[in-house]
Amino acid sequence: MTANLLDVQGLGKRFGGFVALDGIDLTVAVGERVGLIGPNGSGKSTLVNCLTGTLGNYTGAVRFDGRNIAGLKAHQRARLGMARSFQLPRPFVSMSVADNLRIPLLYAVNARPGAHLSFGEISTRCSELLALVGLVDKAHQFPGDLTQVEMRKLELARAMAAEPKLLIADEAMAGLSHSEVEDIVALLIRLNERGITVILIEHIMRAVMTFSQRLVVLVSGKKIADGAPDEVIRDKEVERAYLGQ
Amino acid sequence: MFSPELAINALVAGLLLGGFYAAVTVGISISFGILDIVNIAHPAFIILGSYIAYLLNIEFGIDPIIAAIIAVPAFYALGAAIYQVYYLAFEKRGRAALSGLAFFFGILFITEVLLILVFGVDYRYVQASYIDQSFNFGFINLPKRMLIPCLISLLMFIVLQLFLSRTFLGRAIMAVAQDQEALRLMAASPIRIKRIAFAISIATASLAGAFLIIIQPVEPSVGREYIGRVFAICVLGGLGSLPGTIIAAMLLGVAESFTATFYGPSWAPAVSFGILLLTLAFRPAGILGR
Amino acid sequence: MRSGAFFLIALAVGALIFGCARAINNDYVFFAGYTVLQFIVLATAWNILGGYTGYVNFGSAAFFALGAYSSVFFHKLYPMPIPVLIVFAAVISGLVGLGMGYLTLRLRGAFFAIATLALAVVLQTLIVNWNYVGGSRGAYVIRPSTVAFLGNYIQYLFLIMLVLAVVALTIARTIEHSSLGYGFATIRDDELAAEASGVPTLKLKLIATTLSGALMGMAGAPFPYYIGYLQPSSAFGLEYAVNSIAMPIIGGTASWAGPLIGAILLGTLQQYVTVTISSSVNVLIVGVLLVAFVVVAPNGIMGLFQSIARRLRHDRKPA
Repeated sequence: MTANLLDVQGLGKRFGGFVALDGIDLTVAVGERVGLIGPNGSGKSTLVNCLTGTLGNYTGAVRFDGRNIAGLKAHQRARLGMARSFQLPRPFVSMSVADNLRIPLLYAVNARPGAHLSFGEISTRCSELLALVGLVDKAHQFPGDLTQVEMRKLELARAMAAEPKLLIADEAMAGLSHSEVEDIVALLIRLNERGITVILIEHIMRAVMTFSQRLVVLVSGKKIADGAPDEVIRDKEVERAYLGQ
Repeated sequence: MFSPELAINALVAGLLLGGFYAAVTVGISISFGILDIVNIAHPAFIILGSYIAYLLNIEFGIDPIIAAIIAVPAFYALGAAIYQVYYLAFEKRGRAALSGLAFFFGILFITEVLLILVFGVDYRYVQASYIDQSFNFGFINLPKRMLIPCLISLLMFIVLQLFLSRTFLGRAIMAVAQDQEALRLMAASPIRIKRIAFAISIATASLAGAFLIIIQPVEPSVGREYIGRVFAICVLGGLGSLPGTIIAAMLLGVAESFTATFYGPSWAPAVSFGILLLTLAFRPAGILGR
Repeated sequence: MRSGAFFLIALAVGALIFGCARAINNDYVFFAGYTVLQFIVLATAWNILGGYTGYVNFGSAAFFALGAYSSVFFHKLYPMPIPVLIVFAAVISGLVGLGMGYLTLRLRGAFFAIATLALAVVLQTLIVNWNYVGGSRGAYVIRPSTVAFLGNYIQYLFLIMLVLAVVALTIARTIEHSSLGYGFATIRDDELAAEASGVPTLKLKLIATTLSGALMGMAGAPFPYYIGYLQPSSAFGLEYAVNSIAMPIIGGTASWAGPLIGAILLGTLQQYVTVTISSSVNVLIVGVLLVAFVVVAPNGIMGLFQSIARRLRHDRKPA
């Protein structure tokens, strides 16, 4: 029986009177590929923010890699191995593309017990990551000079740079072309083969169906489906709430 | 030595002071609370208002509050101009944080020094019939020079609150803080709305300045004491809440009044700044926070 | 260039400057030079927090004055050499910086900036009401007239401030090129993304406020000896607040060289203006320059150089 990497029980989040998340239960096994879909405003990004610690004050319990991560701040969760890409890219604008990747290596990877990456090793890993997402020739440019698509790739690369156990990709493929979407999906599957658990949040159904071993559907802050992708998309409730529109 | 009469008078003085403080703060409630612009130069504009009221009072014998009302359009225009520069230089380029603060900090000093160069560092007073008079109810002393600004200040608040909640423009201003896109879809230009709001906030400085120079003599550096008070009240009252501003202003006024009465006036500046620090540290959402 | 090498080179430059100053043999050079050096330290210290992490400190005067008054306090307790006073000032100012940071750094940058203003006024009020250090009446510190080896006491003070400037610049440069510097930059660029990337933002911000506060306090420690008579209004003066912000912004906040350039240019300009025109016009000029640069050239003089250099490089490339 594979251990659960992520174990969420009864996660709830309110903003004032508005209930963004209403008792979410979710488990993700080590090495799984989970797709998370739902209409806009259903709480997907809020869920990510609560899991990663960007948002606090949520109710419910979250266990990651066997530990209870309540009270841990975002950077601590990143060090434990949870990484995410932001839906709207948030690059570090005052440093080069390569240096953007250096940050998680310096602060997430190098801060883990037993890690002692040298400056040279960090630079090498930056180059490898850039090659993986196809940004090698932009290494010394600044985020301000990148196209939207390149910024999304940088965003994903930066999350990968933290060498996570769990990677949460939040709508990383919006605006990408057909072949670019395929490239990213292939990339994520390759990462998964290396052992990284991935939660893919997406609207592009083609990508989600290709990628996911399991599909979770969120509507208005509640989980309404969780199972094999083929079964989930045929679920009446899912059709009504999301796909049928 | 503590006596009930002293305490009650301190309380009354504090409430009157609070009414005045509310007028001083309302501009910041709008620019910082609603528009998220850290205009720390606001006290300098208030002092400017004081000097303009002083000039009109000395030259033409006009009552300072009337003088301030006459000056309101000029202050409005000044506010609009400053916002335009602020928008083009900072908001548009996305650098509102550090540079915006430095910008207003620079304006604070420029204004203060220009006033020193033009008017000198002597204290200035205004003349008006009610300045030396008081109402007396038994042992309660109500100086008119405090009462009238307080009442007009509350009137100004009521007008502003009605404007913000009942008129289209007012509600657009409240909306622009929360959702610029929606506003754009309603064919209202967010930039124009913000400019109007900021101009209004500077216009209030004209009246607040008149109140100030009625209550106390003014010299250019007086503004700096008010920076802390203004932000303390704004934060304590909950950013952007006009009723909260009044309550917080009254609380601060009373706290300062008691401190000055029982511990001495030299401790008064620390009260507002101390309250600000404590509020920021422990309850940043304020009393009626959003 | 490694930090050690930079430090030695800077010391050598400093020694050269000191030598030239002695050769000119005019005390005014030392008096004016002390002020400029002091501003170098203050501007560099401010920039570590304001420029590198993006958190604006309006209360520089408070830390400076804290350093000055800690000297007065310890001097009254038991006269001791200035280097020792500097260490005490660093510790006290550093602790206050840490405390202030802890109270306010969890909030947005704007609140932090306002809180620093508040702190400055609270500190000033406390000191004005504290009679042991003179309160509003002020405190006299008798400056010995000569010092062994150097002769004039002012030369000794100049030398101390020179060493402090070298130390401050070295610290700033070392940070800039270290992983700490990267961390600071992420805080400035996007704190949320920084946290998500593993950067312990609160801890780094506290390091910045402590270090910045300590350096400013160190700049203030010799001040009572320089000025002879210390009053709250001079210690908490206007010029410290404006200058410690204007100099880095005008010089350029991205690197250690910016505050240096800003301090030298503005410092000497102000010496000239104060003597020829007046000290109020002085502050006016600084204010105008600050606003002008912030609107037109937000990356300061260093930024202008860099964009010119970049444009030249582009022009040289074949079309």
